[in-house]
Amino acid sequence: MKDKFFKSGECWVWFNAGAIAIALVMVIGLVLLIAARGLSHFWPSEITIYEVQLEDGSKQLSMGEEYGEELPKGGDPIADKQILLKVGNRELYGLDFRWLKNKNVVKTELATDVVVIERREWGNFYGFLEQVEFDGQVFTQNDEDVLLAKMHEAIDRANELHEKARDLEKDDIGAINYDLEELRLERRRLELKDEDTPEVLAEIASQEKELREKFEVVQAELFKLHEQAKRDTVSLVTIDDKRVNIVAENIVMAFKPNEMSFLQKLGHYFLKAGEFVSDEPREANTEGGVFPAIFGTVLMVLLMSVMVTPFGVVAAVYLHEYAKQGFLTRLIRIAVNNLAGVPSIVYGVFGLGFFVYFLGGSIDDLFYPEAKPAPTFGTSGLMWASITLALLTLPVVIVSTEEGLSRIPKSIREGSLALGATKIETLWRTVLPMASPAMMTGLILAIARAAGEVAPLMLVGVVKLAPTLPLDANAPFLHLDRKFMHLGFHIYDVGFQSPNVEAARPLVYATAFLLVLVIILLNISAIKIRNRLREKFKSLEN
Amino acid sequence: MNDLSREFESVKDKVRGLLDKQTSSGHHTFRRSKDLLAKYGIAFGGVSVIIAVVMIFFYLLYVVFPIFKSAEIEPKQEYTYQLDSTLMWGTEEYGEIAYQLNSNGDFIFFDTANGNVIENYSLELEPGESVTQVKYANREENLLVAGLSSGRILLLKQEFKLSYPNGERVITPNVLYPFGTEGIELQDVPVTAIAAAKNGETLSIVTADTEDKLTYITFSIQESFLSDEVTLEEDNRQEIESEIAVDYLLHDPTATWVYVISSQGELHSYWVEDSELISNERTSLVGSTVSVTDVEMLVGGISLIVGDSTGQISQWFPVRDENNTYRLNNIRNFEFSDSPVKDIYPEIRRKGFVALSQANELGLFYATSHRLALLEKIEGLADSAKVIINPRANFLMISSDSGVQTWQVENEHPDLSWSALWGKVWYESYPEPTYTWQSSASTTDFEAKFSLVPLSFGTLKAAFYAMLFAMPLAICGAIFTAYFMAPQMRSMVKPSVEIMEALPTVILGFLAGLWLAPLMEMNLPGVFLILILMPVLIVSFGYFWHRLPAEFTGRVPPGWQAALLIPLIIFGTWLCFELSYPVEKLLFDGDMPHWLDAEMGISYDQRNSMVVGIAMGFAVIPTIFSIAEDAIFSVPKHLSNGSLALGASQWQTLVRVVLPTASPGIFSAVMIGLGRAVGETMIVLMATGNTPIMEANIFEGMRTLSANIAVEMPESEVGSSHYRVLFLAGFVLFVFTFVFNTLAENIRHRLRRKYGSL
Repeated sequence: MKDKFFKSGECWVWFNAGAIAIALVMVIGLVLLIAARGLSHFWPSEITIYEVQLEDGSKQLSMGEEYGEELPKGGDPIADKQILLKVGNRELYGLDFRWLKNKNVVKTELATDVVVIERREWGNFYGFLEQVEFDGQVFTQNDEDVLLAKMHEAIDRANELHEKARDLEKDDIGAINYDLEELRLERRRLELKDEDTPEVLAEIASQEKELREKFEVVQAELFKLHEQAKRDTVSLVTIDDKRVNIVAENIVMAFKPNEMSFLQKLGHYFLKAGEFVSDEPREANTEGGVFPAIFGTVLMVLLMSVMVTPFGVVAAVYLHEYAKQGFLTRLIRIAVNNLAGVPSIVYGVFGLGFFVYFLGGSIDDLFYPEAKPAPTFGTSGLMWASITLALLTLPVVIVSTEEGLSRIPKSIREGSLALGATKIETLWRTVLPMASPAMMTGLILAIARAAGEVAPLMLVGVVKLAPTLPLDANAPFLHLDRKFMHLGFHIYDVGFQSPNVEAARPLVYATAFLLVLVIILLNISAIKIRNRLREKFKSLEN
Repeated sequence: MNDLSREFESVKDKVRGLLDKQTSSGHHTFRRSKDLLAKYGIAFGGVSVIIAVVMIFFYLLYVVFPIFKSAEIEPKQEYTYQLDSTLMWGTEEYGEIAYQLNSNGDFIFFDTANGNVIENYSLELEPGESVTQVKYANREENLLVAGLSSGRILLLKQEFKLSYPNGERVITPNVLYPFGTEGIELQDVPVTAIAAAKNGETLSIVTADTEDKLTYITFSIQESFLSDEVTLEEDNRQEIESEIAVDYLLHDPTATWVYVISSQGELHSYWVEDSELISNERTSLVGSTVSVTDVEMLVGGISLIVGDSTGQISQWFPVRDENNTYRLNNIRNFEFSDSPVKDIYPEIRRKGFVALSQANELGLFYATSHRLALLEKIEGLADSAKVIINPRANFLMISSDSGVQTWQVENEHPDLSWSALWGKVWYESYPEPTYTWQSSASTTDFEAKFSLVPLSFGTLKAAFYAMLFAMPLAICGAIFTAYFMAPQMRSMVKPSVEIMEALPTVILGFLAGLWLAPLMEMNLPGVFLILILMPVLIVSFGYFWHRLPAEFTGRVPPGWQAALLIPLIIFGTWLCFELSYPVEKLLFDGDMPHWLDAEMGISYDQRNSMVVGIAMGFAVIPTIFSIAEDAIFSVPKHLSNGSLALGASQWQTLVRVVLPTASPGIFSAVMIGLGRAVGETMIVLMATGNTPIMEANIFEGMRTLSANIAVEMPESEVGSSHYRVLFLAGFVLFVFTFVFNTLAENIRHRLRRKYGSL
């Protein structure tokens, strides 16, 4: 028995089984890890109070969310264990986090009545509600329900005003600034062409004046809104009895996690998840949402698809249907195939050198002399990023389309030709429709690759924080020269370049989960389409 | 028979009639032209896409190419101009205006295009006084010190004012006396040699007189609060009798060294401490029969460039030896000419210099790259010819026979050469030749270090550890999946692996850097336990399973072993991590990284090669797996069936029949995997410290070519040497992966053809 197991080599079979099992565990584990960390970020965690005996005998109270535990190297598991507590209240403590020595903890209890305030600045605040000043009236703890209701009312009102102010800032003031900039460029353009007659200049000046007046009006309105939003304040007391007044304008939301029911928590969860995908980032990208990054990624990928599909399909059709099959075509095919294996950073280098500096620089010289020395297309931006990625994913589309074309039985082509159709008619009416799932697969794979690619984008277009979206209401609406934000780069930037990595980490996990989700879905659909395609042609071949 | 052929004829006629009708209606022509149009359109589109792809290669090459171009010079003008009694001459930034200072005190600025004098300032000399030597005290501020025959020192400042009337550049030269016209009274005998350095708010001057007495004076520069006036306040004055003849006297810009050199090649160096000269070393720069013909300092003042009578130029700089004293070392020698070196003039921004030999050969040199970028014999020069170059190093002037020759210089990248990129280079202030990558620093006279060796080493190191992790897992996994696995499970495993391949590397890198690296540091013994325990655990589980009664094992169909192992692996990993702490406590004093450092002398970085190996291995596994699995799976079934029928066990069949047949495919899988590992950027960028070191230690990080591009490319100046070296790195990556992939692809094709015949 024993001999046979080792002699027949069955032990090696188990080794091999182990290898694939390890690989599977790693993939599944990784996806689950990201999912668990990313998804748990939005769940309102409970607030605990820790009573700690300090070295000098005095006691210190800390309140916050438990974030994790750590055992210092070489420490004893019980005596030296440390607890990482997110205590928030950055303006008071300096840091959001506090390490507590487990052995010093005298007592832990769930805090009652604690309010978590999510703020636009300074991070979270944990404290007990003391009083609310609403419309000049002061509400105190005497009537707790009214107090809470008033706080929420104040926050809702401030949020509404804040929203209005933001719309004004983004849309109206943004548009005015854009127009002003356009006028400045117009004047410079005329100057360069020596067409700057006094009449035209006067015309521009009057337009400018008009815009500036409009700007004054909008700005006054904006000030008023901000002034109004500052009306109410909420006063809280921290666990160590410090009183803090928070202006309602600075509050995103307030909630009491320890008093929430499961359903309420679920509601809060989806609210936060929604905010994550639809809001703009706050506090140097460490809080808030990732909407601009999602938007930038999607727009860039869309532009890339528009470019890569026709070129990839035409190249594949040429290689497979028109080019003389010989040594050269084989060489080209191998070359195209191998381009898929060329490191993406090389495409980035090429994109930066050729597209940005060479093409972009030339375009600026020819068409945008008025903006000089500030570059228009001569700097990295949306257009160059999408072209670079189109080049990067071109081999994927070509290879996939060619594979689809070669799967179509010869008989079908010959049948069509025998019926008198020309070659292009055969292609257009029979071959291409049949190969369309293959093209689709190629495109999906290309999108999946492009969505996750970061290295070349770091050279040709992404930024950590773009002030404006590349698509807006100002003509020509789509601004190809603008820089944009990207989910993948967001992960790199927030995870590695952020000043407050600890606080940003859950957000990075959430972003990573979002990206992984999108890419897995895209890939699964590509696999499904490909399998269906194979089945379909199997029946044709027989 | 006849009927049939008649019918055929009539059908033929009918069809022909229909076709003719179509032709005459124009529809046919339309269709034909459409077909033609499509043909040419698609051909054009296809070819242009292919050209675009090929262009990547050629564009990279086009940017890289200037690195390897040697310098070129082109004659511009030649005109008569008197430069006989000139003590010093040069040009400003752009090479438009030249200046000369004659011993009679005439400071002349002239147009380099035609020799027309623009301004002639006469220095404020006493009657009978003449200038004996003049040197720069500070090159950036154009501050000069002039030693006079009366023993007085004058401080001068050149000024080139730029203005742009009508959009054209106009340069107005001027001479100023920033510390007054009376100068510094030093002694009664003439100053024969002088050198000075202005470093911040201190000025130090060293002079020699006819008796070879050295005088070292330091001043602090006082700025008046009320006016812009600046005055010098003498801090210290020291007099030393020089032991050797003072033919060359040099003082470096940071005011730490004074070198005295005689024309016999003796050198005496002094070290400055507390404003006093302290004798440091006496040595000889040349052989006994050779004499020194010119000595200059390279920009930054660390290196001495010595030309001698044999036509050799040598570079020297002080290096700290074992006794912690500085000794002047001969760093490298340039074989220049057969005739003596006549004149050396250093470049002002780079570590390069121009030299002229007695036979009137002109050489453009670069110190760091040990490169002679150009060697050309110049005709029509006098014996006393001298050479200068402008600060931008693109304009050269040579004093010829009673005149001046001007030359346009094209010498963009002398700092790069094969040996500078790939060889050991002895950089200034380094104790020995090293492979170093350090592309930029905060100072202007910085010597850029462009050795691609540490980056290539890092790339290969990262790829090696990644392959070490990925290869066994991927190939073994592929063997099992292709050969043993139940089809149902295979149809689930393959998509999972494809998803593994699609995972963005930025996510892998982020997890590796922020999750895996700290986790591994905390549980380092656990990680090694997994390496040891996991195989044992797997095999013993297999053995245990093998011994179980058949009615129990029979419930699991064959080919599902991998699924059985999944819980075991999870349990094993958990167990190892649980054991990590006690093991660490027991064997490594509770801190394995610290133990490694203290006991084994292995330093431990949190983000190290092991982390990179695992993360990048993760990225490479699916690539290798898919191709290898494909190769094994497509081995014809009748081969393995034959072997099994002859009584071989499954494993024997696999090892003796299937694997040999599939081995080229597996090899190509490994090559493609390696290509991917070499070019991967984000994982390395995020999971290592990105320090360009040359250590094979698994617990230290590295910097790879690709990560280096990602880090430095956005900051590099377009067209600079740095920019082109980064392109070269990209080009190297491109060629490397392209060659590897083509090779792998070829092998795979050959394999497929071979199976086709089976």
